[in-house]
Amino acid sequence: MAKQLPLNAMHVAAGARFGAFAGYDMPITYPLGVMKEHLHTRAEAGLFDISHMSHIEITGPESPNLVSRACPYHAVQQQQGTGRYTYMLNEQGGMIDDLIVSRLGPERFLVVANGACADKDLAHLVALAGDFNARVQHIPRVFLALQGPKSAMVLARLIPASGGLTFMQVMELDDGTFLSRSGYTGEDGFEIGLSPEKAEDFAKALLQDPHVEWIGLGARDSLRIEAGLPLYGQDMDEKTDPVLAGLLWAIPKELRGGGDYIGASALAEIATRGVSHKHVGLKPDGKAPVRGGALLFAGEAPDSPQIGIVTSGGFGPSCGHPVAMGRVIQSAALAGNQIYADVRGRRLACTIHKLPFVPRNYYRGD
Amino acid sequence: MASTFYTEDHEWVRVDGNEAVVGITNHAQEQLGDLVFVELPEAGRKVARGEAMIVVESVKAASDVYAPVDGEILAVNDALEGSPGLVNEAAEGDGWLVRMKLDDATQLETLLDEAAYAALVG
Repeated sequence: MAKQLPLNAMHVAAGARFGAFAGYDMPITYPLGVMKEHLHTRAEAGLFDISHMSHIEITGPESPNLVSRACPYHAVQQQQGTGRYTYMLNEQGGMIDDLIVSRLGPERFLVVANGACADKDLAHLVALAGDFNARVQHIPRVFLALQGPKSAMVLARLIPASGGLTFMQVMELDDGTFLSRSGYTGEDGFEIGLSPEKAEDFAKALLQDPHVEWIGLGARDSLRIEAGLPLYGQDMDEKTDPVLAGLLWAIPKELRGGGDYIGASALAEIATRGVSHKHVGLKPDGKAPVRGGALLFAGEAPDSPQIGIVTSGGFGPSCGHPVAMGRVIQSAALAGNQIYADVRGRRLACTIHKLPFVPRNYYRGD
Repeated sequence: MASTFYTEDHEWVRVDGNEAVVGITNHAQEQLGDLVFVELPEAGRKVARGEAMIVVESVKAASDVYAPVDGEILAVNDALEGSPGLVNEAAEGDGWLVRMKLDDATQLETLLDEAAYAALVG
């Protein structure tokens, strides 16, 4: 039985169509439809309810040490008021989940985790807390994302201080609301964690602005693929290491050869040995979408060798053509190279394309 | 005189003599959302009732459209190649999918009439 979001009644009233995701009944589309929701977000401001994502707070004198053990970066040196893209590895170097970890204070961190991984992430961190003078706690919140070029203007009317943030900076308001200038669309925008009691009024206030529309998970997926952003469970999982997933950039260089974090020795070995495949963007030459799971081949002929797999794909409304991401053998992973995807028994030509498909419009300051 | 039948898989079948035009219902296009691609069969292909003969792709997912009865594809709606959104705009009109020849008109008796289909989708 799927759980309902705290703001479920608002989504029903807005005419949402629901689907199960990460254990929740999630709004997939609203009456606007995926195509217009996607384009609205790129042009105006889209409001997403992403409360399926989990907020976990890590507090205590050794909280920086715990984070540095769980995640491959220098959490001890992380500046207060900043968020960071990272992940948790298992001992084999596989990815348990990818995360944004924000430092809220000298002894306080906030982990934002994928909804489908919420329980295992919490259990993993709670188990680690036994080794440190730190406490791990799930924070029930409504989590909203406001994304698109009008986001800053819209949000400034409700939270004047929001304009002071640049990309990947975070703050807490006096009432405990968490605010981060970040998102999953490639656009400027914010993610806002609210207490469930305050969330409905806040969402209503945002929606009073004519620039703001509810946007569902369908458009969230097409927006993130165009922006070249990976989705846990599709583009990587516990059997995928960050090198194969193309996410090694998130680990500081000096930690790639070893460190005190979980998975360090496995990762050092993988980084030294190298991996057979590379994460790439794929632009199908035709109009048919090529979706996750499609196998990739070197040629059109039935006997040509398999050289990779599509991990995410669909139609890109802003691009006006299908977009996909996947893994191909290193020798084929050159931008402009033509390969073939098997879709329902047909070989469809695809061109290796640099990521992202659309420019990322993050706000990094004037 | 043409008459229209429906299937439980949300196709409509407009019959005229021993030919029929087939599409997906307005209800189906609403459920699918914006279509971005329609994979149509070749004219001349023989299809058996229940066989997947067309794929309609929305931004999010691919879905099969099944042959409502046995027959042969006579023609496909070429306009959908450039404008798959026609199905969203006029699912039961200009957004038709294929025209087919019926092998056995008695198979139509097992399909739904308009009232029965309306009751199905509530």
